[in-house]
Amino acid sequence: MATENEIIQQLADKAYEFGFETTIDMEVAPPGLDEDIIRFISAKKEEPEWLLEWRLKAYRAFTKMKMPDWQHFKMPEIDFQQLSYYAAPKNQAKYNSLDEVDPELLRTFEKLGIPLDEQKALSGVAVDAVFDSVSVATTFRKELAEKGVIFCSFGEAVKEHPELVKQYLGSVVPHSDNIFAALNAAVFSDGSFVYIPKGVRCPMELSTYFRINARNTGQFERTLIVADEGAYVSYLEGCTAPMRDENQLHAAVVEIVALENAEVKYSTVQNWYPGDKEGKGGIYNFVTKRGICKGAKAKISWTQVETGSAITWKYPSVILAGDNSVGEFYSVAVTSNLQQADTGTKMFHIGKNTRSHIISKGISAGRSQNVYRGLVTVGPKATHARNFTQCDSLLIGDRCGAHTFPYIESKNPTAMIEHEATTSKIGEDQVFYLNARGIDTEQAVALIVNGYAKEVLNQLPMEFAVEAQKLLSITLEGSVG
Amino acid sequence: MMLNINDLQARVEEKAILKGINLQINPGEVHAIMGPNGSGKSSLASVLAGRESYEVTGGSVTFDGKDLLDMSPEVRAREGLFLAFQYPVEIPGVSNMQFLKAAVTEHRAHKGLPPFTPKEFLAFVKEKQQLVQFDSQLMNRSLNEGFSGGEKKRNEILQLAMLEPKLSILDETDSGLDIDALRIVSEGVNKLRSKDNAFLIITHYQRLLDYIVPDFVHVLYNGRIVRSGTRELALELEEKGYDWLKEEMHLQEPVQ
Ligand SMILES: Nc1ncnc2c1ncn2[C@@H]1O[C@H](COP(=O)(O)OP(=O)(O)O)[C@@H](O)[C@H]1O
Ligand SMILES: [Mg+2]
Repeated sequence: MATENEIIQQLADKAYEFGFETTIDMEVAPPGLDEDIIRFISAKKEEPEWLLEWRLKAYRAFTKMKMPDWQHFKMPEIDFQQLSYYAAPKNQAKYNSLDEVDPELLRTFEKLGIPLDEQKALSGVAVDAVFDSVSVATTFRKELAEKGVIFCSFGEAVKEHPELVKQYLGSVVPHSDNIFAALNAAVFSDGSFVYIPKGVRCPMELSTYFRINARNTGQFERTLIVADEGAYVSYLEGCTAPMRDENQLHAAVVEIVALENAEVKYSTVQNWYPGDKEGKGGIYNFVTKRGICKGAKAKISWTQVETGSAITWKYPSVILAGDNSVGEFYSVAVTSNLQQADTGTKMFHIGKNTRSHIISKGISAGRSQNVYRGLVTVGPKATHARNFTQCDSLLIGDRCGAHTFPYIESKNPTAMIEHEATTSKIGEDQVFYLNARGIDTEQAVALIVNGYAKEVLNQLPMEFAVEAQKLLSITLEGSVG
Repeated sequence: MMLNINDLQARVEEKAILKGINLQINPGEVHAIMGPNGSGKSSLASVLAGRESYEVTGGSVTFDGKDLLDMSPEVRAREGLFLAFQYPVEIPGVSNMQFLKAAVTEHRAHKGLPPFTPKEFLAFVKEKQQLVQFDSQLMNRSLNEGFSGGEKKRNEILQLAMLEPKLSILDETDSGLDIDALRIVSEGVNKLRSKDNAFLIITHYQRLLDYIVPDFVHVLYNGRIVRSGTRELALELEEKGYDWLKEEMHLQEPVQ
């Protein structure tokens, strides 16, 4: 039908509004991956010997690993030797205050809607801003320190809290977990570190904003969040990148540790550059995110709104080790043009009475492919484990694809596992109904899609739910004629 | 003249449905269209509102002097054409309030007016809600989702009240309403009638026309208006049914 072709055409013409480039003096390592570059990175960051050894161990594991082949897209050829593994703004010894930060950098983040000046910042949100490989600034540190909360760049954590980093680094995602995690462990540049002490409820949202700017570099950040007994924290991650014709690799690792009675809410609004309408350029987003509910009654929730990247490959997971622990996964993944998303979650039920809840909402438009891939395992000791999975797909146009691969492995007969799945097309009747009330098709689609994703968007912290809604609308701009 | 339909022909999926409709509506008038199931009443409403699955194959329609068929559905709506759907759709996750706000904002923008402030909007909703006795509980629910048939129809009339159209087309708004609901809806419509707006009421039963008294009644059959008259025509149809009409038409127009 004519409408649908128009829909697809207009969708293809959407623009990426964060695609600008910052001109700034950078120190960039020459392309190539070997032990020397790893030593170089480690030396640049003045790391202790044990961390260098860990990196090298990961590198050696990496060299023996193969690319995964089970995903529902053709794995692109990535020449790891062609990438540069270190890029940082020049002249930056260490920023002691914002006054020392290059104003161009501050302007970049301001343009992205992330003012780093505490006067202008969103109240109640502390931000760690990472530009290419390096953390530029972390806001509200004083306020957080008063509660004993540690929120700093990974590099600083290694220097100032080595015992915590040493204890937990690689404890959830081992250095040899998968090829991208191994690469990250070998070359990771920076990232965020969070520690919430016993019984503390973090007084504000913590947030890291990642910005890729340099050309031909990968971004390999690492986040480690530890919530001690009875602690609570809500953490949000956002990201953008300039529009470039070549693909850029983003291979991040996030580890979360929740001890007894602790709760961690981790939200992502992923908006890396998706490539143009012919599928040229865009970020390859290969990310390993995993949390462990180590103690009883611990809870970890992943919420993700995935709108960007040429390829998304990520499965935020929860290891439910503690009895009565809870894992949640709420996801909206939107793909348009030639984007490919293969995303979902894994819930490992190990402790007794563990519960997991999965809600996945896929939205595909254009010629994109959108995959939900989920794994729920129930171990022999996980008596009365419960899982509920709801997995919905919404199609816009008839050239896109939606696929679901839910895997279940249960070794305990008392487990209760429920799975519901639906696939629907965006209803022409729904669009016409809104049209007939004076609402144009673009806005109609935005309304319908946001309504469809509401259950997941509602999980986001308030300040970001609005942003995420806008982002969904922008991503699908012009998706229906 | 507000609406001038001239020899309108339309088809859907290669099947001719409207076969030459002529109809003129002036401001202040209420017209009723009756006719057996499948005669093309909803199709006429759809074509006027701009549903894309219908292809107009001939004729013309002007609305306030402008070429209606040239406008997109949303522009027709903003220009003051309203269709109360026979089967209102459900939109999960979009609250009724949010939807109405979006619709009202678009209509205002079209007139060059700024959006209502939240406070103004709430006051406006409240006023209109009372007019059609719409349950305020339904405002924060998802649009039409899980509404009863009657609630959906009343929601259509609430929208009509809020968008203040020039021409309102009511497609079997009476079906599925019990007698009380019918009375409330009709009273709402009667309150909204003025010398400047017009109504085109599609109905199967003359019952509704006891409440909303039409100036003209037309009978649509097999894609054509085969009879036009006044209120008495509706009563006659009620009494005699449509069979006589079918027979008469087949006499005039030999079956192929
Ligand atoms: N989408 C469609 N595809 C094919 N035929 C249709 C479609 N919509 C309506 N029709 C046909 O058009 C004719 C008129 O239908 P309709 O306008 O709904 O009649 P009424 O409202 O008078 O009952 C019927 O024969 C119906 O089957
Ligand atoms: Mg009908």
